[in-house]
Amino acid sequence: MCIATAGLVMSMDGDNAKVLVGGNILTINISLVNPTVGDYVLLHAGCAIEIIKEDSAKELMDIHKELEGLMNDHA
Amino acid sequence: MTTLEKIMEQLKHYDGPPIQIMEVCGTHTSAILKTGVKDLVSDRIKLISGPGCPVCVTPASFVDRLVSLSLQPNTCILSFGDMMKVTGTEASLTGAKAKGGHVSLIHSPLQAIKLAEENPDIQYIIAAVGFETTTPSYALLIDSMVKNNIKNIKLLTSLKTISPAIGFVCENVNDIDAFLCPGHVSVIVGSKSFEHLAELYHKPFVIAGFDGPQILAAVLAIVYQICDKKGEMKSLYKSVVSYDGNPAAQNITQRYFTPYDALWRGIGVIGGSGLRLRDEYAFLDAGTEEEYDRQAAGCSCSDIILGKLSPEECPLFGGVCTPLSPVGPCMVSAEGACGIYYRFGKRGMTS
Ligand code: SF4
Repeated sequence: MCIATAGLVMSMDGDNAKVLVGGNILTINISLVNPTVGDYVLLHAGCAIEIIKEDSAKELMDIHKELEGLMNDHA
Repeated sequence: MTTLEKIMEQLKHYDGPPIQIMEVCGTHTSAILKTGVKDLVSDRIKLISGPGCPVCVTPASFVDRLVSLSLQPNTCILSFGDMMKVTGTEASLTGAKAKGGHVSLIHSPLQAIKLAEENPDIQYIIAAVGFETTTPSYALLIDSMVKNNIKNIKLLTSLKTISPAIGFVCENVNDIDAFLCPGHVSVIVGSKSFEHLAELYHKPFVIAGFDGPQILAAVLAIVYQICDKKGEMKSLYKSVVSYDGNPAAQNITQRYFTPYDALWRGIGVIGGSGLRLRDEYAFLDAGTEEEYDRQAAGCSCSDIILGKLSPEECPLFGGVCTPLSPVGPCMVSAEGACGIYYRFGKRGMTS
């Protein structure tokens, strides 16, 4: 649960943004950071907690995918 | 030779004094097992998992209270999936649900807002577990509840802060020489928090990302410091972690929460290591009572959390205790060391 992942900001509306995460579009609270469309953000528990570079984002997406796969194998 | 090959060469042939490095966060444990870092370094360098799994350190009293609340009429517990199989004195939330308890899974505390608006007759209780990375999202939830005048959500809290726990390890577990800092907690609290710990305990604290080369570079940075008898904070993850952290997250956390002496499952009370609702917001508390602890018979979670034992050294590991029938919380959670070792071990990876 304290695992963070990364996503790409697609659009913004006040405190919320549509963020592309692993093929899904999620509504994420962005009031703790100030992203613009096209930024990658570090996500945790429904909130963006930092704006990050694309390569850091990719690294997290990879490990997140790996962990989800493992959790599903042993769910 | 590339830089990475040079790093690997040096780590493989390290023949100085033995070094024990604690990685505090479960994502690092997973990355270390996934990338086989343990096999790439000299056997004089040991990587040990630490207390960075919030579910694993949540006391039995918290689960007991959730279980009893879930069985009350018109009440629904909202919880992250990781908490479901953690057992309190007798039952877990999964067990409570089987007996008719009301529990729904959430991915974000903020999901509670919509649910509460749609179902005004239900009292929602958030099972608020987590470290510094998660607490801001509970604070944002409270902010939204206050602004939108939502009255049917309360929080049962077991929120913890990692620095006091690392301090506890430094003071009580003698043979940990250095720390690989929790990356995502660092995003919130900033690298300055670990600089403070490095100064206090004169041990290396290195912040790194989650890919193999970054972890290897962090291990080498630790080895160099130990050879030079230094104990400093070094960040190799500056693209993500700033010196001051995220001030908006720190401010909103302080607005609603205040430190207290929290009980860590299997460890005991650690001074100033928890966060509870401020007195002004105590009316949002779902009845946090005095904390008490209980460890399942034969479970070694407390030693695992403090890095005194490796998961495979627990006699129940992989036999009696597996992710499908976990005995202790370290096997339940995605970030618990036992679960991570089991999952990666099962896939024929290095452990
Ligand atoms: S393997 Fe199971 S019983 Fe042993 S310490 Fe881990 S969670 Fe507890």
